[in-house]
Amino acid sequence: MLADVIESLAKIVFIFTVNVGVFAPILGWVERKQSAVMQDRIGANRADILGFTAIGLFHSLADALKLLTKEDFVPANANKFFHTLAPFIALVPAIAAFAIIPFGGRYELFGREINLVIADLDVGILYVFALAGLATYGTVLAGWSSRSNWSLLGGLRASAQMLSYEVAMGLSIIGVIIVYGSLRLTDIGAIQEDFFRWGIFLQPVGFIIYMTCAIAENKRIPFDIPEAESELVAGYFTEYSGMKFVMFWMAEFLEMVTISAIVTTLFFGAWHIPFVTDAMLLSWFQGAGPNGAAALAMLVNIVVFFAKVSFFIWLQMTIRWTLPRFRYDQVMRMCWKMLLPLSLINLSITGLVVLLL
Amino acid sequence: MSEISKDLHTEHMVINMGPSHPVTHGTVKFLATLDGETIVDLDVEIGYLHRGFEKMCENSTWQQVIPYTDRLNYVSPLINNTGYALAVEKLLGIDVPERCKYLRVIACELSRLSDHLTNVAAAGLELGAFTAFLYFVEARELVWDLIESLCGARVTVNYVRIGGLKNDLPERFEEKVRHVFKEVRRLWVDVDKLLTKNRIFIDRVRGVGAISAEEAIAYGFTGPCLRACGVPYDVRKAQPYLVYDRMDFEVPIGETGDNYDKYLVRMEEIQQSMRIVEQALAQMPDGPINVRLPQVRMEPKEKIYSRIDSLIYHFKTVVEGIKPPPGEVYLAVEGGNGELGFYLVSDGSGKPYKCRVRPPCFALTAAMPRLVKGRLLADIVPTFDMINMIGGECDR
Repeated sequence: MLADVIESLAKIVFIFTVNVGVFAPILGWVERKQSAVMQDRIGANRADILGFTAIGLFHSLADALKLLTKEDFVPANANKFFHTLAPFIALVPAIAAFAIIPFGGRYELFGREINLVIADLDVGILYVFALAGLATYGTVLAGWSSRSNWSLLGGLRASAQMLSYEVAMGLSIIGVIIVYGSLRLTDIGAIQEDFFRWGIFLQPVGFIIYMTCAIAENKRIPFDIPEAESELVAGYFTEYSGMKFVMFWMAEFLEMVTISAIVTTLFFGAWHIPFVTDAMLLSWFQGAGPNGAAALAMLVNIVVFFAKVSFFIWLQMTIRWTLPRFRYDQVMRMCWKMLLPLSLINLSITGLVVLLL
Repeated sequence: MSEISKDLHTEHMVINMGPSHPVTHGTVKFLATLDGETIVDLDVEIGYLHRGFEKMCENSTWQQVIPYTDRLNYVSPLINNTGYALAVEKLLGIDVPERCKYLRVIACELSRLSDHLTNVAAAGLELGAFTAFLYFVEARELVWDLIESLCGARVTVNYVRIGGLKNDLPERFEEKVRHVFKEVRRLWVDVDKLLTKNRIFIDRVRGVGAISAEEAIAYGFTGPCLRACGVPYDVRKAQPYLVYDRMDFEVPIGETGDNYDKYLVRMEEIQQSMRIVEQALAQMPDGPINVRLPQVRMEPKEKIYSRIDSLIYHFKTVVEGIKPPPGEVYLAVEGGNGELGFYLVSDGSGKPYKCRVRPPCFALTAAMPRLVKGRLLADIVPTFDMINMIGGECDR
């Protein structure tokens, strides 16, 4: 019992540190540096400690300091309770969604079976959708409670967009579930040990639809119409400052990590290296003893998984710095008239093929 | 559905865009009445950058006006300089030397380059394509480097003088131009790839802000916005000034007058401006850059300090101003946004009796409600950018 608690706590601490402690601040830096590289600029390099700039890494620290000490502004006529609640509703699902994502296989370590996932839920992917649905409330409440026209417009746009894209996103995932016959993400990950059963080969259309919908769900360019800064100033978080603002900002980055993790798990072989099974990993590290081999294999799993996640984060950032923004009606039209029928067709064909085989 | 909408009480939402809003660069205010996201009505309020240019001119000598013209369209100040100087020269009835004309053409086209580069860049920025924005801002930086080497300043150039120029070409200018244009062309190709065939960009600008040629003329459109409607009116071709009649360049025109056509026209004009500069550099003769009329253009300092007649002329022109004969004159040049006209009245004294500017973007801004009414809120963004309203010029 105690061992279970310790194991779970260790995993939670690990994932929380990786996400909130490493990914969120590092992504802020990566986004600055990557956009700088893409745009022939130098990028953030001014914040220094005793003359050391650490290629701009201190900017995340400086940002944190600045935002922590900044005035927490609430507009005069705003609904104070919901105005404060909204960023929490936006951030918590983004952090919690990672709980069911497996970042490695199942190993025997010191006589204990260790499964590298925080919560191995049998409803698996549905949990992610439930949380994504919850995150919508954060933006809608933020838009409504700020008592600002810009926020209201942003909140309206956000609610319409997120609800619409959830439908197409859910349908695109059902194809994957049919193919693998399981909702449990660890099962889906384990099946992809075989390189030719990676999701991208079995469900290529599903991948494209999911990726598109996920970016739209996360409200990043080209789908950032709820916060389109040239039209709505900053959309639903126009009236936020200080830490509350950071919570929206962090939610966006963490959601980006979650999206990448789900894409990796469902379509790109989860923690597997192509043509290398977990058993092969264990046999390679035989020299380190059974426990050492398991630990090394785990490490390889984790590194491979996060390398893949980083690649998809990079991809999302490249998209963000390449494309212009859609217009509101275009985003909706694309969802209901293109992505939804496409995902339905994909679903029917998948169902038919699975039935016939 | 119809039952519900009948019972449901809805109101239009009035929203203030500006004067300090990301889309209203150049300080302008839109009072938009929205039905959901649809614009029911739009009021444009201008005047936030009114500095009384025309009144200031009446209190300064003819030469002292030139720095003020820098601040009209501050993205293409050299064209304003040239336009004003040409108008005063027409009033005086003088003609400047050949080399000066070529230099002015080069200056004007460099300014036009910076104007169009800024405009297309801003379009990218406002539609969320930040990378395209920075590519063209980099190109503009390079063009401004050229302008800086030509006249010592980047924005407030103050380069053209009545009857001449401040200075001749700097050393190795042609080499610099060759280098800069190579870079600008490379960046142009990059932006072209990022935007021109980008489906999202086309969807955002195609069919938005369209206006027919008749209506555009009725509104008083000129420049790229009019040419996008299919009217090949360019002051450089219609009433050639300086040496534009000797230059080989095309006037690109569009068809529908929508934002996409305006964008394409500007992109093509960037190429044409570079062609003109290259031709002008190749054809440029040697010779003086100033007229030899000491009562109009100051003589070199060595002469002023050594000859009594030069000193007297210098004193008279500086203290009293040059004195054009009484009369009035209107002269237009092709500015970054269209026909930039100067209407000058002289009463024979050293100061303008009246200095009226015809700003091209005033007429364009007036058409904003017509262009966006009935469309979505987001359509204000590309439409207003392609109008390219410059506060300094519109409000004066």
